[in-house]
Amino acid sequence: MNKSIHLTIDGKPVEAKHGQTIMQAADAAGIYIPRLCSHPDLRPIGSCRVCTVIVDGRPQAACVKPAMDGMVIENDTPELLQHRRNIIDMMFVEGNHFCMFCEKSGNCELQAMAYRFGITAPQYPFQFPEKAVDASHPDIMLDHNRCIMCARCVRASQELDGKNVFQAIGRGFHRKIGVDGEKALADTDMAVGDRSADVCPVGCIIKKRIGFRTAIGRRLYDRQPIGSDIEANATP
Amino acid sequence: MSKSKSVVTEICNRYGNTRVRLMDIVRDVQQELGHVPREAFDLIAKGAHTHRVEVESVISFYAFLSERKKGDVVIRLCDDIIDRYQGGEAVAEALTRALGIGFNETTSDGRVTLEKTPSIGMSDQAPAMMVNDVMVTRLTPELIPGLVAKLRQTNDPQSLVESYGDGNNAHALIRSMVCNNIRESGAVILADYKRERGLRKALTETPADVIADVKASGLRGRGGAGFLTGLKWELTRESPGAEKFVLCNADEGEPGTFKDRVLLTERADLMIEGMTIAGYATGAETGIIYLRGEYAYLRPYLEDVLNRRRAGKLLGNGILGNAEFHFDVRIQMGAGAYICGEETSLISSCEGTRGDPSDRTPFPVAKGYLVSPTAVNNVETYCCAARIMDQGAGWFAAIGTQRSTGTKLLSVCGDCARPGIYEVPFGTTLREVLRRAGAENTAAVQVGGPSGQMVGPAQFDQGISYEELATGGSMMVFSNDRDILEIVEAFMEFFVKESCGYCVPCRVGNVLLKSRIERIRQGDGAPADLAYLKKLGESVKRMSRCGLGQTSPNPILTSLKNFQPVYNALVREDKTGLQKSFHIMRAVEEASVIAGRRSEVFHA
Ligand SMILES: Cc1cc2nc3c(=O)[nH]c(=O)nc-3n(C[C@H](O)[C@H](O)[C@H](O)COP(=O)(O)O)c2cc1C
Ligand code: SF4
Ligand code: SF4
Ligand code: SF4
Ligand code: FES
Repeated sequence: MNKSIHLTIDGKPVEAKHGQTIMQAADAAGIYIPRLCSHPDLRPIGSCRVCTVIVDGRPQAACVKPAMDGMVIENDTPELLQHRRNIIDMMFVEGNHFCMFCEKSGNCELQAMAYRFGITAPQYPFQFPEKAVDASHPDIMLDHNRCIMCARCVRASQELDGKNVFQAIGRGFHRKIGVDGEKALADTDMAVGDRSADVCPVGCIIKKRIGFRTAIGRRLYDRQPIGSDIEANATP
Repeated sequence: MSKSKSVVTEICNRYGNTRVRLMDIVRDVQQELGHVPREAFDLIAKGAHTHRVEVESVISFYAFLSERKKGDVVIRLCDDIIDRYQGGEAVAEALTRALGIGFNETTSDGRVTLEKTPSIGMSDQAPAMMVNDVMVTRLTPELIPGLVAKLRQTNDPQSLVESYGDGNNAHALIRSMVCNNIRESGAVILADYKRERGLRKALTETPADVIADVKASGLRGRGGAGFLTGLKWELTRESPGAEKFVLCNADEGEPGTFKDRVLLTERADLMIEGMTIAGYATGAETGIIYLRGEYAYLRPYLEDVLNRRRAGKLLGNGILGNAEFHFDVRIQMGAGAYICGEETSLISSCEGTRGDPSDRTPFPVAKGYLVSPTAVNNVETYCCAARIMDQGAGWFAAIGTQRSTGTKLLSVCGDCARPGIYEVPFGTTLREVLRRAGAENTAAVQVGGPSGQMVGPAQFDQGISYEELATGGSMMVFSNDRDILEIVEAFMEFFVKESCGYCVPCRVGNVLLKSRIERIRQGDGAPADLAYLKKLGESVKRMSRCGLGQTSPNPILTSLKNFQPVYNALVREDKTGLQKSFHIMRAVEEASVIAGRRSEVFHA
């Protein structure tokens, strides 16, 4: 049972442990598979699809698919890079992202991903949807214009905080993150110390009064591209 | 609020105050109060032991549930392209005129709400509408004033039904004007058969032998995906779990399909017999029929069939004197969501949550309903299974083609003289089906519904089968005076409305695809738009999480392939070299409004 699992990613042999996902196995081997909804402390749910790889000819989300012996996986192919790029573009045009005014800039995983993919402007037409800002909570702001529906906040609240502050409501293009209260975030039991306040990959969940403490230009992804920490583990 | 308070509390108690029955709870609240008011969310959450936001999450997901108060009567006009082409638009206009309101509005006396809804499973008698749960079919604009007057007078939707359809449609518990339109019966499903003989034979065998029989018959799922039924039952049987479940997919949401409607009406016993055999084979003691909200009019009849079977020892403890075998079935109502036909969504919906699909590792056969091994099959698949146990695997395998055994029920609709149900052996050519249905001057057939493929005359000699023209049953016929891109746009609109929104490529990609088709139809398309559609369509297909997004670009991709000249005629390079989709007047419009004056440059 505990025999280790052997698979290949772009021809490179990779060893995985039982119970690992393809993404976890790749991470350990220093192979970065781009991702947005996945978070190391949370159960993966496969909603952004950026981590899609081709497993034995079929597309699979690497963050949810268990690694299995003998898998032949493609990750870094022109076809996949193009599909991923297209999805990243979709996330930009479905919301309203003005990075120059955004407190998350430099720490934002979506923005960093766009840089990694060399995206300067999305190829799709902006949809300019009307979205709300919820500033009701004393310590936390929710700016739905920047939400990518990754549901990290939903999971963190349930899995790490033992609460249930967030949940998806609506469907299709009108799907959005709802809160467990009468009207707004202030009506919930959300606290600024909750993990769910920390996990948002973009500038949707923002803590008040700490904005711009670290200057833009000196932030996480200003210093190093997203994924480079994982690629540093690579064995030659 | 105090009335609604007691109503809500009573309903929560009715379902044992459990989270798993949240779907039934909110459906009943909707029915009794005409909506699920926000003020009731907390109460429902308490009554069902869940969170307020979970309640909101469910209500906001299903089209038939709403926070907003609706009229005592809700009229839902089917807005499918088939209905539109059979005169649906004129009916829509007549409705707004007779009621004095627009769509998504309620009359000022609060009595009637008017809405549109995707395919309601009546494409063979279109245009059709639902008036609460009552189906009113074969509408014409001339009929509408009389129907509305009648409704105003009686306030009773059933009063709109003046004569009943054939067969069980006239049953005391159905009393519907819906007609079966069975045009051709085949050897397997619509032939006369001896009731319960399949079940009796199955009970003389071991479960493993029953599975072996179903495997030997080559039976593949009739819901669209075509998975081997025997193998599915075997995997369910072998997966570890204290409890197992057998689910029947009666969601029939694919536009243009209505064959399950006819089976539920005329072959309910055969279907439940098949479920019972599946229960015996897999080791399940509980079955669930997931019935689409649109078919609520069949529910009292189906409940009665279940009761009759319980009384006859065909359900319940010790079935047919077999002391070891217990199996019973409940009905789970849907509430207007196409995605709930996808098996993992269907399971979520049965568990009382919104119908987001789940990841398909683990598969439902290992961890399905209540995290237990679950076999989900289509209505027709269960009917086939019962007949296989009765007549033998060899008999079944001899019908059809090598890889597609048995017969298939086709729901033929659209531009043909004889729309309705055709039971044909697999391998029958599309041309033959069209001939029998009396289709003339056919330009295109949508095989398998919007998620299937749009084919033209060059494909008409292919056979209906999993290996050639695969279909869950939907066959929409379009004659050569129809606008191909209008059809494509209608299908994309359907997917945009029905996407659950969980994953990015489907949530956003379908919106982008649809708007590019719109642009081309408006005459603003350029040749580059065709490459754009192909690339974007491929990304949505390859990257989406479930079958909806993996098939939603099909109307575009298959029409681009089979009807390229139609597109070419619409997208011409502009000789001036200007971008056709850019309209300067439209672009400055908003600025003009803000500035409060018209542009001097662009308004000559
Ligand atoms: C978006 C979507 C909608 C579906 N709708 C239905 C449906 O209405 N009825 C059905 O039987 N199967 C439907 N399916 C297929 C089911 O997921 C599943 O494959 C089927 O119920 C299995 O039964 P079968 O093997 O007997 O066909 C749908 C699939 C998708 C992706
Ligand atoms: S959330 Fe990220 S991508 Fe969006 S505006 Fe802020 S920095 Fe830019
Ligand atoms: S608020 Fe942030 S964490 Fe939550 S779904 Fe939106 S982007 Fe993800
Ligand atoms: S493909 Fe569409 S329907 Fe399926 S999970 Fe993604 S958004 Fe939902
Ligand atoms: S990281 Fe895998 S789907 Fe988002």
